[in-house]
Amino acid sequence: MSGFGGPTQAPAWVTHGLVPLINLGLALLIAGIIIAAIGENPFEALKLLVLGAVGYPEAIGYTLYYTTNFVFTGLAVAIAFHCGLFNIGGEGQAYLGGLGAGLIGLYLGHWPAPVAIVLAIAAAMAFGAFWAFIPGWLQARRGSHIVITTIMFNFLAAALMTYLLVEVFIKPGQQAAESRTFEAGAWLPFVHDVLAGFGVDIGRSSLNLSVVVAAVCLVLFWFFVWRTRWGYEIRAVGLNESAAVYGGISPARAIMLAMAVSGGLAGLVGVNEIIGVHHRLLLEFTAGYGFVGIAVALMGRNHPVGILLAALLFGILYQGGSELAFDMPNVTRDMVVVLQGLVVLFSGALEHMFRARIERLFTRRARAVAEAA
Amino acid sequence: MAGEENRGAAEERGPSGAPGVPALEVAGIQKWFGTVHANDDVSVAVDAGTIHGIIGENGAGKSTLMSIVYGYYQADGGEIRVGGKPVAIRGPEDAISHGIGMVHQHFMLVDTFTVLENVVLGVESGYLLRRSLAEARQELERLEREYGLDVDPDAIVGDLPVGLQQRVEILKALYRGADILILDEPTGVLTPQEVDDLFRILRALRDQGRTIVLITHKLREIMALTDRVTVMRAGRVVDHVRTAETDRAQLAAMMVGRSVLLRVEKGAAAPGEALLRVENLAVRDRAGVLRVRDVSFSVRTGEIVGIAGVAGNGQSELLEALAGTLAREGGTVEIAGAPAAPGGHAEAARAMRRAGLGHVPEDRQRMGLVTAFDASESGILGYHRERQYNPRMLMSRGAVVGAVRRTMEEFDVRPPLPQLRTASFSGGNQQKIVVGREMGREPDVLLVGQPTRGVDIGAIEFIHRQLVAMRDAGKAILLVSVELDEIMSLSDRILVMFDGAIVGEVAQAQADERILGLMMAGERVAGAEAGPA
Repeated sequence: MSGFGGPTQAPAWVTHGLVPLINLGLALLIAGIIIAAIGENPFEALKLLVLGAVGYPEAIGYTLYYTTNFVFTGLAVAIAFHCGLFNIGGEGQAYLGGLGAGLIGLYLGHWPAPVAIVLAIAAAMAFGAFWAFIPGWLQARRGSHIVITTIMFNFLAAALMTYLLVEVFIKPGQQAAESRTFEAGAWLPFVHDVLAGFGVDIGRSSLNLSVVVAAVCLVLFWFFVWRTRWGYEIRAVGLNESAAVYGGISPARAIMLAMAVSGGLAGLVGVNEIIGVHHRLLLEFTAGYGFVGIAVALMGRNHPVGILLAALLFGILYQGGSELAFDMPNVTRDMVVVLQGLVVLFSGALEHMFRARIERLFTRRARAVAEAA
Repeated sequence: MAGEENRGAAEERGPSGAPGVPALEVAGIQKWFGTVHANDDVSVAVDAGTIHGIIGENGAGKSTLMSIVYGYYQADGGEIRVGGKPVAIRGPEDAISHGIGMVHQHFMLVDTFTVLENVVLGVESGYLLRRSLAEARQELERLEREYGLDVDPDAIVGDLPVGLQQRVEILKALYRGADILILDEPTGVLTPQEVDDLFRILRALRDQGRTIVLITHKLREIMALTDRVTVMRAGRVVDHVRTAETDRAQLAAMMVGRSVLLRVEKGAAAPGEALLRVENLAVRDRAGVLRVRDVSFSVRTGEIVGIAGVAGNGQSELLEALAGTLAREGGTVEIAGAPAAPGGHAEAARAMRRAGLGHVPEDRQRMGLVTAFDASESGILGYHRERQYNPRMLMSRGAVVGAVRRTMEEFDVRPPLPQLRTASFSGGNQQKIVVGREMGREPDVLLVGQPTRGVDIGAIEFIHRQLVAMRDAGKAILLVSVELDEIMSLSDRILVMFDGAIVGEVAQAQADERILGLMMAGERVAGAEAGPA
């Protein structure tokens, strides 16, 4: 880095690499102590977790499938953060996104596959965007706090989906609140099926072509935020609202736009789950992905590269964690949740506990080098 | 640097005059902020019972030094001595316990408390307030007798004028037993009359044996008040001198390292037709308080109209209403003959820009820039939708960076690096980014608020010259500033605002500090033209 780094600016690799790694290490350390306390070997547990996540092709497939969801919800939270908004409603927006995709699957599933799939993706984004736009509008025009309204919209989404699945879409003659399975036109192909077409065998998993959509979203996100006037306006509002108004940027519009984009991204979880894996509408398929997105965005520092890495980490924790719970009887599913909680705690809530100290260490060294030169 | 040889000489000379050890001494202070060397081997000795000035441009390190003395920052090296004894100051509590008090530029008062409550806040004796308040009341009466520091102890602080609020700050420090009083840029918000009162109080304090350290960048105050002065530049001490043995020009030269013009050179104005016409303007601020009442004036091509006034008398709201970001309550505004919309939202600000209005806002950090943006992004704020930056869907980074780099070079922004974060630039260079952005488009009407607030002398000179050049190019400029010197040296006509109204107009030739000062305090002055009723 040049000598013009502002006051107390540490090298980028420290801020964006070392500090998150130390936070992660501490989370693992505490988790290790807990695992030791319940009488299991923490090193064995870590090994099982890592092998369970990346040790064989099927595991990698599942890890990437979870990662896909976390990329969507992480990006959703991040775009709202850039506008200074805390979108807690990713869960509800993902739910609605699934409804959008599911409606296409139920009613247009007989259409040719590419058309139905593209329509389902568009519908998922539109439904998610709509569900986030309403709190955005309420914030922008009525001053209702977005944290409150997005939480409320999570409950509204859950109630709406329960009603629809119990009363409207339920497959006649069954007890489970699920719709019928879609026709094949609305199935997003599994990656193992696609690769099998090229003669490559990677083992079956839930990983579907949504992962490609997620990759595209990561790239588009970067361009949108840093290379368009809309991203410029969203960031200006998020960083300094009075400067934005001075610059002719309407905060209300920026807020509504950022929330709509945020909801659209969260809605894509519905694509991965509904037309990618389940191929039918069902309850509670969002499984907390929307909330984990907050941790992913925090850890990834609202940048697509960071979000990809954080999403991978959480993908590993999800997949490896289930394997661990399966292989170590003392370690229950709840222990895995504790581990995830610790990661969120250290990399999110306690972000600043060590940051200043570590960074100071490196700014001192940088200075000494500068002086010697 | 010329400072280095001077510094060695100054240290050997040391304090002289008063007998005994200095009341406050810092020796060899070092302070780094990242890679910025804010204090480099700074040594100052302040004799007991004197007023010691520390003068320097913004960013010279004087506030950093005093923040170290008061315990806000820890020095990376060096020593602080009080009464000759080395002391460790880890926080303001330590400073207070060593008899050091500080009056900040921005007051640290609870607006809704009374004067008395503010004074005892944090040093109450015991759990019950009554006794503390009774003791404090006695002490305040004593201080009032000794130093003429009269303030009604039962007044609500928020209702007091700024000058009196500052007295409360001084009382707070004295009540905590401060023998050494540090004042950081104390006159920025005061009327000339309030400044006189402050100086009288400070002299009384000195005559009673207290020691005062005055941080300022205003030469006039140094000359009027101090016994000795330390000049700082770029984190180092340039020299220590006795005030009686120096003059303004010499101090200014030491501050910037070269001689500077204290007056702006400009020819006579050649005003043409009115480009900005304001009739019966009334404006409420965001809290709904009527801040501008029935203001009418016009600014013609080729002239600079200055608005003088103590901060908070409606100038800020006037500027914002003209720029479109604050709604008009009543009245009309015309730019180049075209009426402007009532404003109050971002779209209005955009419309004003399109109509040919540039605006250098009063507060660059709050409004003029997004400090977390790159300079290139801050450098197009308000113009970011222009076709030249958005040739297609995407914003052209090359076009933005290129355009901003050209502006930075033209306006002497240092370093001229568009990719650097806005916050990394010094105050003066940040201001030049704003000024360059707004002037670079050659608007017909330019609103300029506090163009040189917190800006060093070199940049002040540069910005003033640019304003005069723009005037000579036939633009209409409205200048709002609380710096009387600036208003008097730049403006062709001066309007004085008090309590939201224009109380009078003075031509540059007739303007003098006393008349303007009285008008700024709300008095109508014979000899000055009466303002619109």
